[in-house]
Amino acid sequence: MGWFSRKKKQEQPPAVAKEDVWVVCPGCKAHVYREEWEKNLKTCDRCSFHERLTSAERVAMLLDPKSYTELNPRLTFSDPLKFVDAKGSYADKAAETSAKTGLKEAVITGIGRLSGRKIVLAVMDFRFMGGSLASGTGEKIRLAAEAALHYRYPFVMVAASGGARMHEGIVSLMQMPKTCAAIARLRDARLPYISVMTDPTTGGVSASFAMVGDVHIAEPRALIGFAGRRVIEETIKQKLPEDFQTAEYLLAHGFVDMIVPRPKLRDTLHQILAYRRT
Amino acid sequence: MNLDFETDVTEIDAQLLELRAVADPDSSTKSRIAEFEKQRDAKLKALYADLTPWQTVQVARHPERPMLRDFIAGLTTEFIELHGDRLFGDDQGIIGGFATLKNQQRFMILGHQKGKNFDDNLRCNFGMARPEGYRKAMRLMKLAEKYALPVVSFIDTPGAFPGADAEERGQAEAIARNMMDMAVLKTPIVVIITGEGGSGGAIGIGVGDVILMLQYAVYSVISPEGCASILWRDGSKAAEAANALKITAPSLKQLKVIDEIIPEPPGGAHRDYPAIMLTVGNALAKTLKNLTGISTGKLVSRRYDKFAAMGRAR
Repeated sequence: MGWFSRKKKQEQPPAVAKEDVWVVCPGCKAHVYREEWEKNLKTCDRCSFHERLTSAERVAMLLDPKSYTELNPRLTFSDPLKFVDAKGSYADKAAETSAKTGLKEAVITGIGRLSGRKIVLAVMDFRFMGGSLASGTGEKIRLAAEAALHYRYPFVMVAASGGARMHEGIVSLMQMPKTCAAIARLRDARLPYISVMTDPTTGGVSASFAMVGDVHIAEPRALIGFAGRRVIEETIKQKLPEDFQTAEYLLAHGFVDMIVPRPKLRDTLHQILAYRRT
Repeated sequence: MNLDFETDVTEIDAQLLELRAVADPDSSTKSRIAEFEKQRDAKLKALYADLTPWQTVQVARHPERPMLRDFIAGLTTEFIELHGDRLFGDDQGIIGGFATLKNQQRFMILGHQKGKNFDDNLRCNFGMARPEGYRKAMRLMKLAEKYALPVVSFIDTPGAFPGADAEERGQAEAIARNMMDMAVLKTPIVVIITGEGGSGGAIGIGVGDVILMLQYAVYSVISPEGCASILWRDGSKAAEAANALKITAPSLKQLKVIDEIIPEPPGGAHRDYPAIMLTVGNALAKTLKNLTGISTGKLVSRRYDKFAAMGRAR
């Protein structure tokens, strides 16, 4: 047996894998104890990097333990166009995503207690086709708003979405007026509607229910905007500044009320909702 | 200007041009002209009876297609243009004002304005409105509500302007707010898609009680080119994307996104302005008449139900 074909000495896996102890912050590359990372709700207290959360993680961080009841858990995507693209059918793709993530749609909605106060909560999940807005998403959000109206609870939205889902075409676009119409009903009924914009909140979601809150809260450095950076750069033939369409940029231009680090989000929502007298 | 897929018509047009140039046509020339005209009309009719979605996009974007100022000239006896959003400026991508139909019906007209030549297009930014355009539209709609005037919104845009200044002034917020306020506006709203219904830029003034659409207009969540470059990773696959996206009037009627298709003359609205003005004028008059007398409460709740039903869960 030649020297070159000699088998490499098997590396012994350490008793405790590195990943179990440390997290490398994607923002500043610092090593952070996983325990600390989790305690800070997957944010870095050195560079304020905020990792994207799943909808279940978001519910767990915002609502009191065991207080959450999901609304319309079976409501899922539909395929009104029978859409097929170069890579195959939308129905297959969505079913695959659903199987992989255990999600039925790009949003989960439910009723629970935030620091003791009953609220209706909607949380988008970027893992389901980029958190895209389509018929199932829009309908769940509308029904959640209707539930808030029915029980007279505040409605808290946590957006995370690339925009409208192309695969449902015009039906996706129609979810923008649909959700906005539902939010208008909350306004007429003087019920609080708070929008939390997380990374990313763009396209048809930024241009609908996410941007019509009574109060707009953004997570640090979240990407928030209507058109994509590349499209804008191609249109104006200029490079855009680094901070363009960040939460900080929106705050400076008057489109969000505050930037709240994730560990303070629940308390901030609680404080704001305490001002409701309706 | 004929489109690429109209080559047969273009050939006949060339022959017609030659024949018509004859200084003193004899009877045989005259009859040949008549014959060619007949052929040409038959060709157009056959061609337009079976347009593909991508061909329909070409027609919807035709530079000679009637645009809002053409409709204002062709449909109204009076137009008092109103300017500005009272916040920032006076966008020319969306224009509007008080208008009176030929049947004396008064209403608030507004919509996207595209240009027919380069200078026009520079002024109105190819019909791509900025936030101040959407905010001007909402100011006009609130005024219509105050005066109990119905609103007629004309849609013809490639999309809301994707520019740095538009983002800075809150393009997303302007569109979102318009949809929310239109949903509960206490006066009838008629929407008519006349050319390109480009995504958020269209729906930003597109919430209404009745949605009309010209036969060869299109309405889509994304341009076929944009969709092709993302999902096909090839912008030249726009024809395929146009098929898949179901953006033509008959498909949208089936999906219950629009209520009524307004027929166009053979060969498209751009070939016969008087004909399209007559049809659109009649459709508007009828639709406005049907909407009068409905209480605003009922109107608003019906509007909510209409959009709630779009893409309702199985």
